[in-house]
Amino acid sequence: MKLSREWLDELTHITVSDKEYCDRMTMSGSKVEGVEVTGDDISGVVVGRVLEMTRHPNSDHLWICQVDVGGKQLQIVTGAQNVLVGDLVPAALDGAELPGGVSIRAGVLRGEESAGMLCSVQELGLDIRDFPQAAENGIFILYREGDENKELADAVPGQDIHETLGLGDSVVEFEITNNRPDCLSVIGLARESAVTFGTELTLHTPQIKGGVDDINDMLTVQIDDSYLCPRYTAKMVKNIHIAPSPLWMRRRLRAAGVRPINNIVDITNYVMLEYGQPMHAFDYACVGGKKIVVRRAAAGETLQTLDGNERAITPDMLVIADAEKPIGLAGVMGGFNSEITENTNMIVFESANFNGTSVRKTSIALGMRTDASGRFEKGLDPMGTVPAVERACELVELLGAGEVVRGTIDVVAAEPVKNCVTLDPDRINGLLGTNIDRDFMEKTLKSLGFVLDGDTIISPSWRSDVEGFADIAEEVARFYGYDVIEPSLMSGSTAEGGYTDRQNFERDLGALCRGMGFFEIITYSFGSRTAWDRIRLPEDSPLRNAYVIQNPLGEDSSVMRTTSLPSMLDSLGTNAAKRNTDVRLYELATIYLPQEGQILADERSILTLGLAGGGTDFFTVKGCVEAILRGLRIPGVRFTADHNNPSYHPGRCASITVNGVRLGVMGQVHPKVCEAYGLEGDVFTAELDIREMFALRAPEPVYTPLPRYPSISRDLAVVCDKEIAVADLTDTIMAAGGTILRDCRLFDVYTGAPIPAGKRSLAFSLTLRADDQTLTDDHAEETMKNILSSLEEKYGAVIR
Amino acid sequence: MKEILEELRISSREAISQADGIDALEALRVRYLGKKGELTAILKQMGRLSAEERPIIGQLANQIRAELEAELDARRDQLREQALEAKLQEETLDVTMPGAPVMLGRRHPLSRTLDEIKEIFIGMGFSIVEGPEIELSSYNFDKLNTQEGHPARDRQDTFYFNDDDTLLLRTQTSPVQIHTMETTPLPIRVISPGRVYRKDEVDATHSPMFHQVEGLVVDRGITMGDLKGTLNTVLRQLYGPGTVTRFRPHHFPFTEPSCEVDIQCFECGGKGCRVCKGEGWIEVLGAGMVHPRVLEGCGIDTQVYSGFAFGMGLERLAMRRFGISDLRLVFENDVRFLEQF
Repeated sequence: MKLSREWLDELTHITVSDKEYCDRMTMSGSKVEGVEVTGDDISGVVVGRVLEMTRHPNSDHLWICQVDVGGKQLQIVTGAQNVLVGDLVPAALDGAELPGGVSIRAGVLRGEESAGMLCSVQELGLDIRDFPQAAENGIFILYREGDENKELADAVPGQDIHETLGLGDSVVEFEITNNRPDCLSVIGLARESAVTFGTELTLHTPQIKGGVDDINDMLTVQIDDSYLCPRYTAKMVKNIHIAPSPLWMRRRLRAAGVRPINNIVDITNYVMLEYGQPMHAFDYACVGGKKIVVRRAAAGETLQTLDGNERAITPDMLVIADAEKPIGLAGVMGGFNSEITENTNMIVFESANFNGTSVRKTSIALGMRTDASGRFEKGLDPMGTVPAVERACELVELLGAGEVVRGTIDVVAAEPVKNCVTLDPDRINGLLGTNIDRDFMEKTLKSLGFVLDGDTIISPSWRSDVEGFADIAEEVARFYGYDVIEPSLMSGSTAEGGYTDRQNFERDLGALCRGMGFFEIITYSFGSRTAWDRIRLPEDSPLRNAYVIQNPLGEDSSVMRTTSLPSMLDSLGTNAAKRNTDVRLYELATIYLPQEGQILADERSILTLGLAGGGTDFFTVKGCVEAILRGLRIPGVRFTADHNNPSYHPGRCASITVNGVRLGVMGQVHPKVCEAYGLEGDVFTAELDIREMFALRAPEPVYTPLPRYPSISRDLAVVCDKEIAVADLTDTIMAAGGTILRDCRLFDVYTGAPIPAGKRSLAFSLTLRADDQTLTDDHAEETMKNILSSLEEKYGAVIR
Repeated sequence: MKEILEELRISSREAISQADGIDALEALRVRYLGKKGELTAILKQMGRLSAEERPIIGQLANQIRAELEAELDARRDQLREQALEAKLQEETLDVTMPGAPVMLGRRHPLSRTLDEIKEIFIGMGFSIVEGPEIELSSYNFDKLNTQEGHPARDRQDTFYFNDDDTLLLRTQTSPVQIHTMETTPLPIRVISPGRVYRKDEVDATHSPMFHQVEGLVVDRGITMGDLKGTLNTVLRQLYGPGTVTRFRPHHFPFTEPSCEVDIQCFECGGKGCRVCKGEGWIEVLGAGMVHPRVLEGCGIDTQVYSGFAFGMGLERLAMRRFGISDLRLVFENDVRFLEQF
């Protein structure tokens, strides 16, 4: 909402600087977005009177003008052809600045001196609509003897052009919150200003002098849907005389960002700005059956709106209709069929109250946001219809735009609700942490238009947002000053804050990953269905059962992810495309799994690792995964070959479990998947369910005494079938070794001569130790014998 | 005999001082002091001396032996020292050569910023709570005093999963506050960080997914002064001890009174510049006293309890903090970007 301070001044007289005005309004709740002074990009332009004109000797189109610029005469060369001797014109003098960064300097034009420039309306940054008397091409003739339009006839040579044209007004732009549609008006902002600055608010009551005929003989109004239209007020004007509106009105419209059009349209816009009540004018001749019906659109109806578009309208939209057909889209835009034209003789002013939600839904459905719909959708004052329509008629008389018809049609279909709140100063102070006295509260509320009846506060009709004591507290606090409220530290019970075990677990997880060179990434929670194909999920994969957004921005962000793999591969792909080599990434990614019989998703966090380049192989990643699990103190982890995961290399994928509970999967990404993501070379990923890992973590550590007796080492090399998994051999060794075997590590794998084909040699390093004695070679020999016989018996493994 | 000893004394000294290695020195020890050494050989002839001479020569011989031993030891220490010097010299490295590479990852700038915020609030006795991102409309809107018909509920602003608009992607982390009030005994002091979703096309400052950190305090006698005191403390920790704040009235459906909190521009000190778009202030937070309707909806007695809530956007905070100019970088995950934090 743009507010002209010149207009504001008519309602309440505030003399402070623009800066102070803006600062204090912002602090009382009307946030100022900016302030602009009209014509502040013009300087050095004055009114000039053309005294003499001669042809330029060296040009067939230039004129040499002698111009009186107030007390002195200057020679100015112009190329315009519309200037006559005696005209009052804007003259930009040497050193003048014009909009668009144009600077004017005195100089010589084809051998003739020119001390400045005569200006067109466009060169002054203005529009022909602002000054209809101006020539479309050529110099802006402010006034020429005999002109019908005498608006600028009083201009005197030498007068600053700002003064002549009424520039120099400060226009303040406010950001008005949704709950305050009343402040989308000059009156609303004037009220806020008056309370902020403690000035008097002078509200004008419209006075209509004349009155011909009677509206009740000429029109009926019927509301069919009282919920969508609680009130409809109409007045009529006859013998319309369409003309431009006067300078002061055009100037104010312009300041508010509204283009002047003609007196009738300008009046409706002016009243909307002043009162916040959108209005519409119908051509009475086009109201069939002399009847206005406010009803829902009938199925299949269409309406051509003022912008010329044919709109298909539906029964959930409210229309203004005559006896047969729609003539307007309620609260949004009028119909083309009832538009005011040159030939209009009689008009109907509509000033109505419509249901905000309905207007909003209609305007969204039809993709047409208008000034009117933007106001109606916030819910307007139902009591505002009558003063607005009266003001419009008053302006009609003032502008001589027609004759007002006697009487008003005012159909109240639903009585407005009155909000009453009890004034409880203690409770307000208790909420604010202040000590504001009751007098201040009462005074503030009264000046805002609230009515006090004892302890009962009755909200004004334009403040439907004030319903309870907290709302009253805000009204009081706004004008007491939020900045005056003393900051305090919370008293009362102290709370014990801190991270939960799970939160600490995730923090540790991140630190472990970073310590191994992984960079954290954050990716979108939604993706495309095509990702499922790219990671080769089978058609019947349960992971294709996802939450689908009904109104996504696009297909590629339409399904909530059920696997974190695609986003990791996307990120690896991004880095590959940017030629970043040796990349390690991790994400704590949420996936969203539908749950049988539940509305909400099972939202799971998945630790996702991704590695590409840098000579990474399967065992690099496995080492990282093992280190993470060890770091998180998760015991009993098993890696089992998984040949059937479609996203992974069938021979290089492991399922990770603890006691049969699946933690996740890791391995080399399937070459076809890599190809789909533009990834060259081997790429590895791991996906680990954080909830499961957290559940399986070891309890808090308890100290175990350090060994008192030394350990002894033995190496063991066996030859066995290639297919036998190292994990199985290790398990067997550990079981056969008994309690004194503390550790068993693979340190060498060998195939080739002299090892027979189909076999391999595996070398393990064993550590033996007892808690109660120093072990001897005999102990070791016995243990090794047990291990060997066990290996031979189970796997046919023999010592090498 | 005395002359022979004196001669030995001189020649051995000379030999020891010229020994150029530990091995040569050891050979000299054997040559003079060994069982078959020169001094030993001389002493073996002692028997031939007279009774008067014997003690004198004996004393001299012992003295020479002691001297020789001392000199041998001294020379040995000297040689060892020299050898060590030489070895160290030999081992000199070009210390400007690079260290063996150790891979080190980094936190995402959003996490880094969020962790900092969490630490601040934990220090003030807050806990961290989380909630579902796929949420019921009733939690995201109705219970937050945002009734049917409110523009925020429009399909052009909010992502929905079903026809009757009852299931959505949360547009704010505020529904976590409702879950907390419904399930946690009072008093409450929590922050709820997390992902939120709004239907904005991706550009330099918008993303359909972003992060919020919201906070909630509910207790007996919580005032707007407490809100100011708490947020001032937080903002000073986030933006520096000299941070000037401004609490300005605003409107949110779920708080009343509501405010927006600005900090004075750290770039220009309030004069107005490019960073604050000429305003001198930068909006950093939305806050307010929890709307009585919201509290009552969660079964909290508003005659006894009150509370405040606040929320901030994590992306904007992180971007400001690190001078990131384009939001798209934040979700692109280019390591050249990530390694900067």
